Amino acid sequence: MNETKAKSVSIDQDEIRIPKSEFVNSLIVFDDVSKFYGEILGVNRVNLQIAPGITSLVGPNGAGKSTLMNLMTGLLRPTRGRITILDIPTDRPEQLFQKLGYCTQFDSFPRGLTGREFISSFLLVHGYEKKKAAELTTIALERVSLLDAADRKVAAYSKGMRQRIRLAQAIAHQPAVMILDEPLNGLDPMVRSETIALFRKLASEGLHLIISSHILHEVDMMSDRVILLNNGYVVAEGNVHGVRDEMEEHPMQILIRCDKPAKLAARVFDKDHVVEARLHDDRMGLFIKTRDADRFYLLLNQVVGEGEINIESIAPVDDDLSAVYQYLIGSEGNSA
Amino acid sequence: MSSSTVDIAPQKTIDKPPLPWSLWFRQIRAIFRLEVEKNFLGRRSILLYLLALLPIGPLVLLAPFTPPGNEWRDFNQYNMIYAIFYGGLILRTVVFFGCAWIFMNLFRGDIIDRSLHFYFLSPVRREVVVVGKYLAGLVTSVVLFCSTTIIAMLLVYLPHFYSESTRYFLDGPGLGQLLTYTSITALACIGYGAFFLVVGLFFRNPIIPALVLYGWEWLNFLMPPLLKKISVIHYLNSLVPVPVSEGPFAVVAEPTPAWIAVPSLIIVTTLVLLIASYRIRRMEIRYGSD
Repeated sequence: MNETKAKSVSIDQDEIRIPKSEFVNSLIVFDDVSKFYGEILGVNRVNLQIAPGITSLVGPNGAGKSTLMNLMTGLLRPTRGRITILDIPTDRPEQLFQKLGYCTQFDSFPRGLTGREFISSFLLVHGYEKKKAAELTTIALERVSLLDAADRKVAAYSKGMRQRIRLAQAIAHQPAVMILDEPLNGLDPMVRSETIALFRKLASEGLHLIISSHILHEVDMMSDRVILLNNGYVVAEGNVHGVRDEMEEHPMQILIRCDKPAKLAARVFDKDHVVEARLHDDRMGLFIKTRDADRFYLLLNQVVGEGEINIESIAPVDDDLSAVYQYLIGSEGNSA
Repeated sequence: MSSSTVDIAPQKTIDKPPLPWSLWFRQIRAIFRLEVEKNFLGRRSILLYLLALLPIGPLVLLAPFTPPGNEWRDFNQYNMIYAIFYGGLILRTVVFFGCAWIFMNLFRGDIIDRSLHFYFLSPVRREVVVVGKYLAGLVTSVVLFCSTTIIAMLLVYLPHFYSESTRYFLDGPGLGQLLTYTSITALACIGYGAFFLVVGLFFRNPIIPALVLYGWEWLNFLMPPLLKKISVIHYLNSLVPVPVSEGPFAVVAEPTPAWIAVPSLIIVTTLVLLIASYRIRRMEIRYGSD
């Protein structure tokens, strides 16, 4: 029996089991990467191992999101450290971009081309034969719902259409890794939700999607994991709930809707992991702050089992990306 | 006879994958097409057409008249008239600045337009991008400036001494001279092209190095023989069919024979393109700082 195949490694909380050799080959690895622009820090001492799925880069302006993306795509070279994408170093574009597609924020295109010409000429530069390039172009345009406008000049496209044609460029050669810098910018709500669905579908097919976005609730909705950046440093990474769980200095807030909130408060307040209990303004609910959400939920089960208090709903108040962002970076994040 | 045999272990050879020439060829062709289209039809091409027409315009205006100088009344002087016209205006000005405009914009223009990443985000060796762009620039410059060279020569000769000129081109040395001038123009495009491509890669403002080279090329006649050889114009001048006197202050140097001048230019061009390839291999895209 092949031992290598028998060995397996679990990734994050996802419980995906992949043979070790394939696992190493399917990662995006940052090994002590720093980038300085002269005296100015871009990113510093970044160590990451990113597994397939949707990974979002989140942080305020100047945090280093675009620098990290440009480093991953070889448009920038690290001052120190090494980056490999599926085991390919980023200074070998001829290998790298067979596996990688990058939807940049650069809103410029070769002049005079229609959407279809833009994608097909990009594929011809890849080295595809004309027929194959035309075929892949149509598939890519269809995936971003731009087939109807394919023969119009890119210069005449709206902002949202230009965003979609860049997305089509990134997915046209059917890469295994897609790096998407603010891919939802300028899209109307309908296309936005279609695009998010497309991302989810691609991720479920085993692709890497590295996405930067400043719309936190969308990131929360679609991401398997997040990387929070601030001032060029990675301040947290992993599953949002996992990151939140580790923030012990910020107890978890939970809102419990019930018929006897005061009684519930008295019942739970003597527990050492509950640090605060506050009645909701309408006196039909109770805010709890706890250092150990799991223990608290067990306690609630017990309370429900006793039958004295009717609990309508339980909702974590700050177990999301917005809260994590606020605690770690310090603002609401929508300007990020 | 001994039955013993000696086992020779098969030598391990590491099979290197063959170089993907057909892929590179397809990629160069795709880049070439895009760039040629941009060079001929892009907004930057207007200046090129004006430059290419610069020597032709005055000659068209002069065609119906015989200019006042005596030399215009002597057909034997026409080869010297064209040699001066070619060396002074076409080669040193039109081809020089035309190549500067075309080749410096191959990369610098894309950086200014923020569209260079289009190539950098493709699975293309960056050296292949250099070759594709250089060939596109070369074809553009050769088509434009060789046409200028041919049309200008015909416009010098044909309107004034039509029958003598026809004989000169069909039965005399005219056609050979025309081909030589055209070849010199093409060689100038090869040499200046490579230089300006590299300048466009190394300098944010390539006008200054271009002007420095322009001065160097113009002052070449004053330089000692050794320094003369560090210029493109020296080798091109060595090839002209009708030598032109460079004035009383010129330092005379032996012209370089064609069999040395042409390969030298091509070798230097290749070296310069290798520098360009090295540079682009390490190039970063930071439009903000450009």
